[in-house]
Amino acid sequence: MPAITETREQVEKLGQSSYKWGFETDIEMDVAPKGLNEDTIRLISARKEEPDWLLEWRLAAFRVWQTMTEPTWAKVTYPPIDYQDVHYYAAPRKKPGPKSLDEVDPELLRTYEKLGIPLHEQALLAGVEVPEGEEARLPVAVDAVFDSVSVATTFRKTLAEAGVIFCPISEAVRDHPDLVRKYLGSVVPAGDNFYAALNAAVFTDGSFVFIPKGVRCPMELSTYFRINARNTGQFERTLIVVEDGASVSYLEGCTAPMRDENQLHAAVVELVAMENASIKYSTVQNWYPGDENGLGGIYNFVTKRGACRGAKSKISWTQVETGSAITWKYPSCILQGEGSVGEFYSVAVTNNYQQADTGTKMIHIGKNTRSTIIAKTISAGHSDSTYRGLVRMLPKASNARNFTQCDSLLIGDRCGAHTVPYIENRNMSARIEHEATTSKISEDQMFYCRQRGLSQEDAVGLIVNGFCKDVLKELPMEFAVEAQKLLQISLEGSVG
Amino acid sequence: MSELLKISGLHASIDADGIPKEILRGVDLVVPPGEVHAIMGPNGCGKSTLSYVLAGREEYDVTAGSVSFMGQDLLAMEPEERAAAGLFLAFQAPVELPGVNNANFLRTAVNAVRRARGEPELDAVGFLKTVRAATKNLSMSDDMLKRNVNVGFSGGEKKRNEVLQMTMLQPKLAILDETDSGLDVDALRIVAEGVKNLRSPDFSALVITHHQRLLEYLGPDRIHVMVRGRIVRSGGPELAKQIDVEGYASFLTEAA
Amino acid sequence: MNALAPSGRSLAPFEARLSGVHDVERKSAAGDLARTGLPGPRVEAWHYTNLRALSGHVFAESDVLFDEKEARAVLASVIPEGSIFEKLPRLVLVNGRIAPGLSSSTASLPEGVSWSSFASAPDFGTQTSPQRDPLVALNTALASDGMQLSVATGVKAGQVLLVSLALSSSGVVSFHPRHNVALAPEASLTLIEISAGNDGQELYFHNPVLTCSLAEGAHLEHVKLQQEAGNAIHLATVYADIAGHATYESFTLTLGSALARHEVHASLAGAHAAVHVNGAQLLGNTQVGDITSVITHSAPDCISRQTVRNVLTDRSRAVFQGKVLVERVAQKTDGYQMNQALLLSPTAEIDAKPELEIYADDVRCSHGATVGALDEEQLFYLRSRGIAGAQARQMLVEAFLIEATDLVRDEVARTLLDGALADALLNRITAEERGS
Repeated sequence: MPAITETREQVEKLGQSSYKWGFETDIEMDVAPKGLNEDTIRLISARKEEPDWLLEWRLAAFRVWQTMTEPTWAKVTYPPIDYQDVHYYAAPRKKPGPKSLDEVDPELLRTYEKLGIPLHEQALLAGVEVPEGEEARLPVAVDAVFDSVSVATTFRKTLAEAGVIFCPISEAVRDHPDLVRKYLGSVVPAGDNFYAALNAAVFTDGSFVFIPKGVRCPMELSTYFRINARNTGQFERTLIVVEDGASVSYLEGCTAPMRDENQLHAAVVELVAMENASIKYSTVQNWYPGDENGLGGIYNFVTKRGACRGAKSKISWTQVETGSAITWKYPSCILQGEGSVGEFYSVAVTNNYQQADTGTKMIHIGKNTRSTIIAKTISAGHSDSTYRGLVRMLPKASNARNFTQCDSLLIGDRCGAHTVPYIENRNMSARIEHEATTSKISEDQMFYCRQRGLSQEDAVGLIVNGFCKDVLKELPMEFAVEAQKLLQISLEGSVG
Repeated sequence: MSELLKISGLHASIDADGIPKEILRGVDLVVPPGEVHAIMGPNGCGKSTLSYVLAGREEYDVTAGSVSFMGQDLLAMEPEERAAAGLFLAFQAPVELPGVNNANFLRTAVNAVRRARGEPELDAVGFLKTVRAATKNLSMSDDMLKRNVNVGFSGGEKKRNEVLQMTMLQPKLAILDETDSGLDVDALRIVAEGVKNLRSPDFSALVITHHQRLLEYLGPDRIHVMVRGRIVRSGGPELAKQIDVEGYASFLTEAA
Repeated sequence: MNALAPSGRSLAPFEARLSGVHDVERKSAAGDLARTGLPGPRVEAWHYTNLRALSGHVFAESDVLFDEKEARAVLASVIPEGSIFEKLPRLVLVNGRIAPGLSSSTASLPEGVSWSSFASAPDFGTQTSPQRDPLVALNTALASDGMQLSVATGVKAGQVLLVSLALSSSGVVSFHPRHNVALAPEASLTLIEISAGNDGQELYFHNPVLTCSLAEGAHLEHVKLQQEAGNAIHLATVYADIAGHATYESFTLTLGSALARHEVHASLAGAHAAVHVNGAQLLGNTQVGDITSVITHSAPDCISRQTVRNVLTDRSRAVFQGKVLVERVAQKTDGYQMNQALLLSPTAEIDAKPELEIYADDVRCSHGATVGALDEEQLFYLRSRGIAGAQARQMLVEAFLIEATDLVRDEVARTLLDGALADALLNRITAEERGS
């Protein structure tokens, strides 16, 4: 134990300097005044030149939101949020929707470059030489969202040729109004919950993806979210519709500057999978987590839900959650189509004073539906992490199956790790298996690694990555490598 | 240097429900370079404790004495520094690391040690070449490299994995803590061959064992008998044969 | 944590009686209850078990007089005459009041064991928390009688029976017995608790609270058989404070009542203490059976074990909520929890919430839950050996439940449970089979 304590102390001195994405970009912004009322919503809708039906939808959501109260059942505590003290719209002062990368503010491009997000198609195409022993990488098409608006979407032409629509949702409202109108709010209704209603009222941008019948999306699609402006909430909304026999793999990343104040992020993601369709949605959530004293950081209140509407459809959520001061997030699957499959693979790491309450809901409606939940929770420092998950088998879900495995790892004796599964079965032929364990890195494992020459930091990194392996292997390759590094960085200052 | 390892008057204890329990009670031992020494002794005499104290396990409190390794104060070093300096412990019960790929673990260890020794790190290709040669010598399948460290390994596989790590880390001194326990004759021969292959003027071994058989393979230079936390007798290989026939009874009275 | 006060249920069913209480403790409990109301579905602890069955009635105080013949008949249904159980020292309550005529005499108790009635000197103790647990508040306000049992230092008391009978009353009634068991250091006891009711009477509500305190090294095995009348409501709360090296081992078998909950709050307060909260439920019709536990590890090196098995037929519903809370000081905690259910009907339902809340890093805690139907492969195996249909199913169901009752260490108590289980199975499963 002494050496572990020592390392912990030693590394704690490094503080939070490890959040290397914490810079701020100086850019001219168009910012709406603080506060939330119908005028704010009208302003957002006007800026985005939206049709009336969408404005009405937003206003209806706002009216519902006003009657709602913030949910309090999650195991997170934070001072009350003043929803009137937030800017609900902030956009780089430029014409929205640049036609090509050349029109994008070079300062913005530099920001994404710094973040390692490839926005230059040429550079990426030129760089396809694959080192020996590595798999050839698919090119990744990126939609970059800066504060409230999408600033660039790459590879649109290549995708369009395949029939794939990948664009900012504000643009989809303009160019594909019927599709958006048909599916928007069909999985997460405007009044679903407090944060979803707020999002419906004020969402500013996000990505829209449509994969037509039979198309296997030729590249990974990715959205990169960046909060930059001060006192600004980010409310993006993503809608992905995949038609019969089509498939897509979608990645989502996010960062924010280091700030003393807490910033609000309330996103909504809706996925629709029709017959034999497949959606793989991967997230590496790396919002600023606050400093080592718990000052600052993002409040991340997110509603993500996928509907497996068609038979044999599949939705797979993979998330690596290392950021945010508070995380409230339960990516879910509604398994309606016969034989549809839902998956949830999650690694949640909390350190310092972070709090995370995250998990999933698997609602089995159809026959022969299957779901798998693998959740790995790692708590360090003074943090608190909760897995909260629901598995519900409805009366018609004959022969449905669920397997759930939740493992928690505690690092240090000032943190907490909690597991709160809700298991509901109303079908006698449905089968549910749930396992959960809580443990720590054993002294034996640490000593064994160190006897083989590994430093304590490396030993912890190795063991933690091993602990998370079943989840990490579900990530697309580029993301997996990044995620592994992120895990190690997130745990710096806490190991033991 | 005539001594690679020099242990002088080493006392060590462990905390047993708040009360320190002394296990090593004045161990004196010298291992010169290039020699294989064996420590034999009845259960609970402190053999494994000695190996853990030498490798730097923190539960043990060294209350007196000193250990020098290649002229350095071994007890002042962290476990990973001892490994880098060339001390290797083959664990009696190798630890399982779920989810940690065996090859990846080995490469991380090899490169950590090489870095500390100022040697160039091995790239993926160089590493694979070396490790494949080593696994072949130990009659290990490549499959073992793909599995997780010691997870689901049989007793024999675990011990072979220890010898593989030893081969790859190229220690100056290997402490084999009952590496022969639980092995059948064939596995024992393979493991012994693995150790024998390392024999050189730069490699010494301290073999902790109960059995004559491993020693027959290795041909030790000196035998030390440990009883109640002390070395009570040292001698040539004939001492091992005597123990094999007579047991430890006569040494027990010696120690009393 | 809730910003809004929980939407509590109306106290109307008990209002008249609650307004009549006068001593300090009861008044305070009635006040707590007035603040919270009876728990509604928005209260997390009652998320799965709805108390709407209490609404729409006014629960009067039970009659003091009862029919001795009826009492003996119901008693014989759970303690057959001439059985080994009949010889055990027993305290019998009828409709919440001690019935001396049906109970053993004080003289029959082993040396070092004594009991008295709650009514003679009401003592609520300090273990319960009426502010937090509305049903305990209700009990505190309305408790009329109960058993106060103590075992002296080092005494091995053997088995003692606590029987609670519900007999026909003149209307809808409730009774709220208050029991306390105190074990001195190194004392041991097997407490066999039986609740039984006479079928065919009006709805009644049995709301017992049992507080157990175990001093250093004490050992209490608490085995409960719940066989209330089919229309009854049985909501029991048990508190166990367990000192160092002491063990509280409990098992509850739920067979009767329309709505039942067995709620255990066990607190491991000293090092090397242990708690076992095991149970089984065999439910049919529209029965709801709830086993809820909160096990708090407040000291290092303690062990908690929980195994609950449920068999559900018809439109019955089982609820299992098990929370293991490991405080920061409780290093080296070893916690294990397993909830399993067999669903034998397309309209049965199981809801489970096994919960871990852990603040210490050097712990080994795990829980598991499985839900499913009978194993087709096992059924086929039995059939291939010539055992078909109902019999094969009954064998497998019985085996499933016996594996749970096997956890009961006291052989006499286990025999009692297995007997009751066999009878219930014979009625339930064969009825089910005939129906389908």
